[in-house]
Amino acid sequence: MDDSRPIFQQIAEQIENDIISGLLPEESQVPSTNEFAAFHRINPATAGKGVNLLVDTGVLYKKRGIGMFVAPGTRARLVAERRDQFRMQYVEPLLVEAEKLGITPEQLGSMIREAGR
Amino acid sequence: MSPVVEVRDLRKSFGKVRAVDGVSFTLEADRIYGLLGRNGAGKTTLMSLLTAQEFATSGTIELFGQSPVENARVLEQTAFIKENQKYPEDFRVKHLFRSAPWFFANWNAELAGSLAEDFRLPLDRRMKKLSRGQLSAAGVIVGLASRAPLTFFDEPYLGLDAVARQLFYDRLLADYAEHPRTIVLSTHLIDEVSTLLEHVILIDEGRILIDSDAEDLRGSAITVAGTASAVDDFTRNREVLHRDRLGGLATATLPALDAAGRKDAAAAGLELSPVSLQQLIVRTTTSGEDPS
Repeated sequence: MDDSRPIFQQIAEQIENDIISGLLPEESQVPSTNEFAAFHRINPATAGKGVNLLVDTGVLYKKRGIGMFVAPGTRARLVAERRDQFRMQYVEPLLVEAEKLGITPEQLGSMIREAGR
Repeated sequence: MSPVVEVRDLRKSFGKVRAVDGVSFTLEADRIYGLLGRNGAGKTTLMSLLTAQEFATSGTIELFGQSPVENARVLEQTAFIKENQKYPEDFRVKHLFRSAPWFFANWNAELAGSLAEDFRLPLDRRMKKLSRGQLSAAGVIVGLASRAPLTFFDEPYLGLDAVARQLFYDRLLADYAEHPRTIVLSTHLIDEVSTLLEHVILIDEGRILIDSDAEDLRGSAITVAGTASAVDDFTRNREVLHRDRLGGLATATLPALDAAGRKDAAAAGLELSPVSLQQLIVRTTTSGEDPS
């Protein structure tokens, strides 16, 4: 865990990443708060805060007396959200920098295709 | 739930030294607190006062709603694991464990036994023949197996190697998860324990500087670095926690910036970097700015 930003956010992000990668399929049970705490060596209350954040956003849902599960339809929604973030975090700054250097979007496109080879 | 500890305007002087200088705080049930501060900040004195091993010069202390002074009912709910615990001559490890239930209402002998195995502590050895690390391990075991509703660990790791310290943290978390209680960890190895803490109390020169949720502190500060003139311009109208200067370069630690602030910093050619809990604590207690 990175100690320079709230750990509950990092726990929530990590669960989301595991849902996106398919490690945690929809309708599967996620580890308990205490399991997260022991695994990451973090305070159980902090782990619980991360899990509850995902309950609030509808990513996880609670089955009384059993535990937390991944809500159906979550993966597609998370991927869409992350694509929006990707556009803001990476694509827009890339275009700004490219414009500064006089690189046209077409040239940028071919640069990306070449780099991907 | 009512707080486990309630302290109001507590003071303790030794001659002219004000070891605890007007401290007020509460500790809530079933949380893990970090009591942080430099050597001589007043951490041990504060814990000695709370456990009635020292008497306050003024102010009030309530544990479980009662004064702890000469109060066996309260004190058997409390464990204080000191850095330099003294034991009777000829005491062996097994005697320590056998006498523990006299002092701790919730003592769990089974847990003590399994921890002794984990820490490889020889039960038949005399306390005075134990190495520094083994003595610390004995203290840690007593602190965990006491399962006291209020447990203080004062720098419990002296002489413990990295493996044993990790073992301590793991067992602490595991047992806390099953048997929640209020735990106060006094330490200056902040990086090692910071993720275990729910709440942080930082004291310096007998006073409280920070009393805050650990999560609120994480990400609450940021460091900007660049040329001294750019850093000076950027920080002119901002609160600065700490400054460093090296020739023409400077860094400044500030409260976290909003999006506009980050943009301004980037536009000024400054580099931003996050500040860990330990760095934040160090910068808060080495207050003061370099003369510029």
